[in-house]
Amino acid sequence: MKIISRKKGPLINRDHLTAYLFLAPWLIGILFFTLWPFITSFIMSLQETNLFSTKFVGLDNYRALLSDRRFIKSLKVTIKFVVISVPLKLSFALFIAMLLKDKIKGVNFFRSALYLPSLIGTSVAVAAMWTQLFGPSGLINDILGIFGIQGKSWIANPKTALYVLVILVVWQFGSSMVIFLSGLKNIPVSLYEAAEIDGANKIQSFFYVTLPMLSPIILFNLILQTIGSFQTFTQAYIITKGGPINETLFMVLYIYNKAFTASEMGYASALSWVLLFVILIVTGLIYWTSKYWVYYES
Amino acid sequence: MNYKQKRILKHAFLIVFTLLMLYPVIWLFLGSVKANHEIFTPGNIFPSEWLWSNYKKGWNAIPGYTFGNFFINSFKISILIVIGSVFSTTLAAYAFARLEFPLKNFLFTVLMATLMLPQQVLLVPRYVLYSRLGWVNSYKALTVPAFAAQFSGAFFIYLLVQFIRGIPRELDEAAVVDGCSQFRIFWNIIMPNCKPAIFSVALFAFMWSWDDFLNQLLYINDVGKYTVSLGLRLFLDNAAAVSWGSLFAMSILSLVPVVTIFFLAQNFFVEGIATTGVKG
Repeated sequence: MKIISRKKGPLINRDHLTAYLFLAPWLIGILFFTLWPFITSFIMSLQETNLFSTKFVGLDNYRALLSDRRFIKSLKVTIKFVVISVPLKLSFALFIAMLLKDKIKGVNFFRSALYLPSLIGTSVAVAAMWTQLFGPSGLINDILGIFGIQGKSWIANPKTALYVLVILVVWQFGSSMVIFLSGLKNIPVSLYEAAEIDGANKIQSFFYVTLPMLSPIILFNLILQTIGSFQTFTQAYIITKGGPINETLFMVLYIYNKAFTASEMGYASALSWVLLFVILIVTGLIYWTSKYWVYYES
Repeated sequence: MNYKQKRILKHAFLIVFTLLMLYPVIWLFLGSVKANHEIFTPGNIFPSEWLWSNYKKGWNAIPGYTFGNFFINSFKISILIVIGSVFSTTLAAYAFARLEFPLKNFLFTVLMATLMLPQQVLLVPRYVLYSRLGWVNSYKALTVPAFAAQFSGAFFIYLLVQFIRGIPRELDEAAVVDGCSQFRIFWNIIMPNCKPAIFSVALFAFMWSWDDFLNQLLYINDVGKYTVSLGLRLFLDNAAAVSWGSLFAMSILSLVPVVTIFFLAQNFFVEGIATTGVKG
């Protein structure tokens, strides 16, 4: 029911002006701090820039990327990192969420305690801690020592460095877990009861009730974590510094190095656009496949 | 295995698993009161002597400054970002949730697009922009964008819009009949009714700005202006020569604000209120 009917008037009336006044801070922000950098980023990617000069070079930066072996490596390790860490993190989050969905003693304590790593995980303090945990005489090697295994530095080893970061990211499964938990709560109990009457066991009801009902939430978490994972920086910058032999040179780290250490702003902008496209393609693919596995109640 | 045994097994697993997940943090804390050689000696879980002096040493580890300076700087930045974010995102969210205006759908699409836009893509051009504005080596590059809803603003606005849509429209319509202006409705009706969502915005703005590292690394050069994250990084780079215990001590201290806030508002987080605005 509409109580007041608005008078027909000019295209922009007072109500519209009021609305734009409310929007003003965000509009200014979007234009100056997001849209403008977004456009200049593309222009810069067509330029060769250093500290002293700028010159238009067309697609040269993009062409140079194709023969840049560090870029190829960077792209590879970033994708490898995303492909390994995101599914692991989400499986973990879902597994623990399944254990925590029922009322059990101390459930709030478990939830809080397991959520905590996702809040502090990107801090420098945790990165410093991880450096020591996986260092040559860190906690991990202490534990292995009990079993008589002599471990080396996991961070300096090109074969294991990436996995040190994967474990750090998987450790932060708490925020995905909480989102899964709220999704699990919304699955009607009647569905489980119906499945039980039909003779389904626990495992069957997980695959035929829980997973389909949860699939929209899984998609949401998957896209969120994939985008986030592509942007990993602090951990790689502090713990592995991109090494050893570029095994953890994630895209954002490479962009940072090119732009702010080598002062090749144009090249770094081209890298940024490639990163954006890779993220778009991967999230687009996930979204495209979703019609085959995401179940929406009509 | 009967039901009771299963439950006990599940409980035991959860206890062991949670301890395992928290152990790195416990290890960090115990390390912060150990002597250097003891941290890296296998088998010593507890320190033989609790060296609280590590905290004092760490506090003064950077010559000419104390971690007190870094904490004050971090608080300044985070509080400004909280104020700026709450100010700009509540205004925009009100417009999107309640008002009609030309281009509304288009602008909402823009908002959703920026929600998905990876911020790191704008790293380079933003740096160029802020250095032209003379904002490098000041807190402006970190805080001013928050006042224009550009510090995770899209996420905050989306969260607030969802929440405001849940407030009964009868409330504002009654106020319109009483002759209230849009601003009065926003201030007297919408704001008090979306306290939980505003609280979420403030919490996340604080915690994310506190833990932010990349932007601080880019835009702050003087050690005197360093934040806790940057101070820790500087300390870490020199730590080979210093005591690890005091580095761990400062790491623990740097986590205190976020962890304290988390425990004070834990139900808010674990029940999903913070992310969805509703108790789920």
